[in-house]
Amino acid sequence: MNGLVFLIPIALGLGLLGLVAFFWSLRSGQLEDLDGAALRIFVEDEEEGEA
Amino acid sequence: MTAAVLIERDFAVPDIRCAGCIAKLEQGLLRDRRIAAARVNFTEKRVHLSCLPDAEMPDLIGAFTTLGFEAHPIGKTPDDADPGAETSRELLRAVAVSGFAMMNIMLLSVSVWSGAMGATRDLFHWLSALIALPTVAYAGRTFFRSAWRAVRHGRTNMDVPISIGVLLVCAISLYETATGGPHAYFDGAAMLLFFLLCGRWLDSVMRDRARGGVTALLRNMGTGAMVIDGGGRSRWVDATVIEPDMVMLVAAGERLAADGVVVGGSSRLDLSLLTGESAPQAVHPDDRVHAGTLNLDAPVHVRVTAAGGDTALADIARLMGEAAQGKSRYVRIADRAARLYAPAVHCLAIMAFAGWMIAGAGWHHSLLIAAAVLIITCPCALGLAVPAAQIVAAGALMRRGVLIKDGSALERLAEVDLALVDKTGTLTLGRPEAVDLDRFDIGIKSLILALAQASRHPLSEALTRGISAGDTRPVEVTSLRETPGFGVEARWAGSIVTLGRPQGGDVGDALATELAVDGKSVAVVRFADRLRPDAHAAIDALRGEGLDAMILSGDRAEAVAPVARALGLTAQTAMSPQDKLAAIERQAGLGHKVLMLGDGLNDGPALAAGHASMAPGSASDVGKNAADCIFLGDRLMPVVDTIRMARRTQAIVRQNFMAAIGYNVVAVPLAFMGLVTPLVAAIAMSGSSLIVVGNALRLKRAIR
Repeated sequence: MNGLVFLIPIALGLGLLGLVAFFWSLRSGQLEDLDGAALRIFVEDEEEGEA
Repeated sequence: MTAAVLIERDFAVPDIRCAGCIAKLEQGLLRDRRIAAARVNFTEKRVHLSCLPDAEMPDLIGAFTTLGFEAHPIGKTPDDADPGAETSRELLRAVAVSGFAMMNIMLLSVSVWSGAMGATRDLFHWLSALIALPTVAYAGRTFFRSAWRAVRHGRTNMDVPISIGVLLVCAISLYETATGGPHAYFDGAAMLLFFLLCGRWLDSVMRDRARGGVTALLRNMGTGAMVIDGGGRSRWVDATVIEPDMVMLVAAGERLAADGVVVGGSSRLDLSLLTGESAPQAVHPDDRVHAGTLNLDAPVHVRVTAAGGDTALADIARLMGEAAQGKSRYVRIADRAARLYAPAVHCLAIMAFAGWMIAGAGWHHSLLIAAAVLIITCPCALGLAVPAAQIVAAGALMRRGVLIKDGSALERLAEVDLALVDKTGTLTLGRPEAVDLDRFDIGIKSLILALAQASRHPLSEALTRGISAGDTRPVEVTSLRETPGFGVEARWAGSIVTLGRPQGGDVGDALATELAVDGKSVAVVRFADRLRPDAHAAIDALRGEGLDAMILSGDRAEAVAPVARALGLTAQTAMSPQDKLAAIERQAGLGHKVLMLGDGLNDGPALAAGHASMAPGSASDVGKNAADCIFLGDRLMPVVDTIRMARRTQAIVRQNFMAAIGYNVVAVPLAFMGLVTPLVAAIAMSGSSLIVVGNALRLKRAIR
């Protein structure tokens, strides 16, 4: 029974963390362009520096 | 650069194909100093620009052109406010929440099923309740709202048994938990919501994706005009801000952005998108001209009389409104099933409750069994059966260049048994193509190509397209010059060569262009609207699928006859939009389910009236809006593929329904006997959903 006191909050917390991460990625537009994201690794010179 | 306020603009760029295109666009566009940032969205084939306010639309489009891309401006505000996209996003959030809840409750439930007892079991039940109740409140809103709307109007739909089931199950489980009972169904409630939300979300995504594609296409034409102000200066304005009494300068090769009256210059206009007529019409000052027509010969000044939403002829708009009513009466297959299913489920649950009460079980036990019946019969698989199959089919079709507007269109397409086809732009390509180019030797062809390449005139583009299809290379020419209304002129090997309007008067009203060297005519190329390359094969394939075809054309009989003969079809000619509408209604009266294929403004009412309708990507805005389905490219075969796919989808949907019914036949008696524990419910529910989704995925392979 003692183990459960730690394990259950940890298990739920991890699940919740995943849910929050999903919402965050949804809000910051990371899922807007799924096919493009797959191709961007081939783009040599990302323009992040100048933008 | 100063700290000027940047304006945001979106462009549809259909030619983005690879990582190279992304890099080229994002880096190349920044070379224009007025563009501060460029971001490509590959999935939607769009580019988002932040640019300085002094960057005019033609300059921005020019920046794309220098990189070798064709760009079409999309409305100024990004469609974040699009209600459809917002619905999908809300549904996705609900899917995520219910998915999280389902997994964590399942974690706790598995421990209970594997033998947790006493205080541990109660603790786990309480934890489950803690997760499940907020989830049901959040993720179940969609169902509760829709069920409440139906009940208030005295109707019942699929959401009523779902809502009652979920709420009843939660209430009973809470009571079980509070009294330390052995069975809590929180996992069942969360799982039910998760599977059903998946179905809803798929349905919504499918509608969004198709609508996104259609919106991008709609902006393809008439995106703006050069307007001349009082001081004689010209500036580019968007189609949305054109107002009556402005004077537009319409160059040769441009489409008119608004209705108006010619006030200067004379030219010929291609009306095919508007009336279906293939021969160009001459216009002179004081003639009325319509939006969407293509200026062929010379620049004209047009005083705007009606712009924006007013341009479509009022008559056609009214006819379309009436015609579309028939289609809105169509009831989707899932709703038809729900009409029978919902009352049956309610009856079963009440019977179970009454039966156990009569048999002497306590009200608590009877209610528990009624809840188990509701959970088991709840249309988990039914809710997934239709959207899963339809989204797989729509995805496969989209990859082949067919955009389906929604699931109901796919269902109606499966039922058609007669095709009525427009000629200009549908059976034919709807644009001039050079005929008998092979008559000329390679020297003449390479000279024509050198001159035609330099011009954006529709006839020059047709020549460039026709000649570069072979392996002809253009010759070197110098001092190229284009004179609007006349043609292209250049120096070649010491002589002056011109490509332009034939000087002799022997060509009649057919479109033609003439190549002259030092003023002497060398070759005359004629143009005609040609049949789509696979029109014959496609019509035959349609017949093979049991669809007879018939031509309904607004064009003259002489122009339609060769096409009808070539394809072996009967034709009705010189039809007004009203005539086409009447023809469809006559066929519908005979019991046919009509598939209308058309592109023009004059086909709008007919497209809206057909049981199902398809338009090519080159169609008028009105045509694309009215059609259920749009196919891209020059080939007609996608029409046949779509119908085959629609029928196949319908077969899969029917199989899924049968599977769901079969599952109920086994599971409902078990629930009645009180044998459905939370464990059995969980296995049954996920099992049937997996079978249905797996069956739908078979469609993915069907089209290859």
